[in-house]
Amino acid sequence: MGNKTFPRGGGHIPHRKDATKNKPVMAMPAPQQAVIPLSQHAGAPCRPVVKVGGRVKLGQKIGEAEQYVSAPVHASVSGEVVEITERPLLDGTKSMCVIIENDGLDEAEPLVAQDYSRLSVSQIAELIREAGVVGLGGAGFPTHVKVEPPKPVDTVLINGAECEPYLTCDHRLMLEQPHKLIEGLKILMQAVGARQGIIGVEVNKPEVIRVLEQACAEQSYVRVAGLKVKYPQGAEKQLIKAILGREVPSGGLPADVGCIVQNVQTAVAVTDAVVHGVGLYQRVITVAGAAVYDPRNVLVRIGTPIRDVIDFCGGMGNPAAIIAGGPMTGQLVQDLTAPVVKPLSGILVLSKDEISYELNQPCIRCARCIDHCPMGLQPNFLADWSNKGLYDQAERNHIMDCIECSLCSYVCPAKRGLCRSIQAGKQVVRAGKTAV
Amino acid sequence: MEDSRLVLSPSPHVRDEDTTQKIMLTVVAALIPVWAAATYFFGFNSIRLVFVSIIAAVGSEAVFLALRRKPVTVWDGSALVTGMLLGLSLPPTLPTWMAVLGSFVAIVIGKQVFGGLGANPFNPALVGRAVLAASFTSQMTAWTMPFTDAVTSATPLVSGQASYAELFFGTVPGSLGETSALAILLGGVLLFYRGILDYRIPVGFIGTTAILSFVFGQDVVYQLLSGSLLFGAVFMATDMVTSPITPVGRWVFGVGCGLVLVVIRFWGSLPEGLTYSILVMNAFTPLINRWTRPRIYGQVVKQV
Repeated sequence: MGNKTFPRGGGHIPHRKDATKNKPVMAMPAPQQAVIPLSQHAGAPCRPVVKVGGRVKLGQKIGEAEQYVSAPVHASVSGEVVEITERPLLDGTKSMCVIIENDGLDEAEPLVAQDYSRLSVSQIAELIREAGVVGLGGAGFPTHVKVEPPKPVDTVLINGAECEPYLTCDHRLMLEQPHKLIEGLKILMQAVGARQGIIGVEVNKPEVIRVLEQACAEQSYVRVAGLKVKYPQGAEKQLIKAILGREVPSGGLPADVGCIVQNVQTAVAVTDAVVHGVGLYQRVITVAGAAVYDPRNVLVRIGTPIRDVIDFCGGMGNPAAIIAGGPMTGQLVQDLTAPVVKPLSGILVLSKDEISYELNQPCIRCARCIDHCPMGLQPNFLADWSNKGLYDQAERNHIMDCIECSLCSYVCPAKRGLCRSIQAGKQVVRAGKTAV
Repeated sequence: MEDSRLVLSPSPHVRDEDTTQKIMLTVVAALIPVWAAATYFFGFNSIRLVFVSIIAAVGSEAVFLALRRKPVTVWDGSALVTGMLLGLSLPPTLPTWMAVLGSFVAIVIGKQVFGGLGANPFNPALVGRAVLAASFTSQMTAWTMPFTDAVTSATPLVSGQASYAELFFGTVPGSLGETSALAILLGGVLLFYRGILDYRIPVGFIGTTAILSFVFGQDVVYQLLSGSLLFGAVFMATDMVTSPITPVGRWVFGVGCGLVLVVIRFWGSLPEGLTYSILVMNAFTPLINRWTRPRIYGQVVKQV
């Protein structure tokens, strides 16, 4: 089964996955009104290509990406475009959204199956781009950019670690759609010219490893790597180190060490995009936490309001916080009318007993943040310098190498907001660089 | 939903259960066997000095935090630990008011004037002890035999008259907490098991002392078990605030403590050098931290 891991730092955090990991994914009915943001990815927002009053079909492109680092968006219901306006997103900021009144017909273009084996690299990249596929693990980085790496790549890694507590959507997808996942992996390998594909899975999912090993049994160039259960095993750089033993250079890309990493659900979306020509208009998200009555994984249309998704899972009791994503790196949901977007992996409705927050007591220099940092940084100093505005010193000491996994804040006995301070410092350093 | 209040806090939204207070109280728990042994050997004096030191330390902390207009955070347990450590490092017959003075100095001059918890460069308990040792030399070196109040002239480190077994169990004259190696090791194991004690510092400290004792022809076991080396290496040198934060730095710190201790023991005019060995190395802690920054992920690859 294997027990690969990254050598430095990391730590054990509670999994809290039992409530959802054994329940099959359930499809949720499409919303009455889909609110589809024109920016659901890292990079430039889209330009709307539909007009108010116009009819759209399910999966039709409604926002066109005009820059390379961007991705188009698609209608997740069929019906009439009733408004193109600013609406609040999960984090409370407002963004332009296309609002479609669902006619309930799910009318779509007929699907055409395609043999991808004869497609060129740029044809595959174009199909992925056209379908609006972006990193579905949380970052939302456009996938077509990743499949045209600046350097030769020999390995495609699929990130099935899912090391964040609560989240089980990748777990369920790997169990329920192993062949689609492996097909997506093969398409990605063909696109980048890789000779091997490896799916990394934490060994706390033995049934997943069994299913995937069976599914890969006939292909010698695709295999499963068992990973030790340790946070943040699913962080890109840690995953590469764990599986391939390669270290991405500071400030560099995975392609610098000959690999690319894709999330499980992204690979499945790649299969849909390239084989079936289907735009990305739905995804699986985990709805969990003690304050939601019926926690489960839900196949949900992009643009469905968060409140509807929670209601579909039985509604909520008395939550202390609602989080978009995992509890280590996710953000607080500021507005329940905000829609599900492509990079959203989970909605956690947490009770008071499950949540813990910052106290910012004095640092006692216990060095746990240093011992646990998977990048070998000194979070206590970096946070301190950021708070004091000593950004040059923070930059010299590699603040930009922080992967923002939040493990430093997790282990801190004084409950200091280390990662938050470092994130703020990184923003200033980044802004200073672009200003020059 | 409408009437419930949501928490607004940045990620992470889950955190480890360990807190500063739990760490401090675990240190207190680890000191309990030591205090129990001291009370068994030295009776009421042990209870008197440790209690008084704790009360004076916590009281000084509360008063000075109030004077500094800071939240009175005495419940974090740090002053409790300082008071307990100081009390256990005192000779059994020391007058009560001296213990009070020592605790006051430890908390106020050793800790609060630097900005309180986490900001002090020197181990507060050792600052208190150093001031007492310099001010009241004869009282601070008046030792009694266990189970008696009879003052003797010297600890085994000076007299050289004790069996290994006596040193191990602690039936020798000395400061309250330093005599029983057994009790100290029990506490040390608890701290190690709970992830509070980094083995590098005590191993570096005790190992260096052992090697140098051997090199200079001393009785190695006797050098390790007598005096306050074990107590200091386990409980004082490992103070998180005043010791280095890098793994390599902790080795450097431990070895450095051993070097200074041996120089004082073998060639200095003091019989025991534990207090000063740790205080000297505390002063080097920021430099050690600076010199021993670990390589980060991806760093060397880029430079090649």
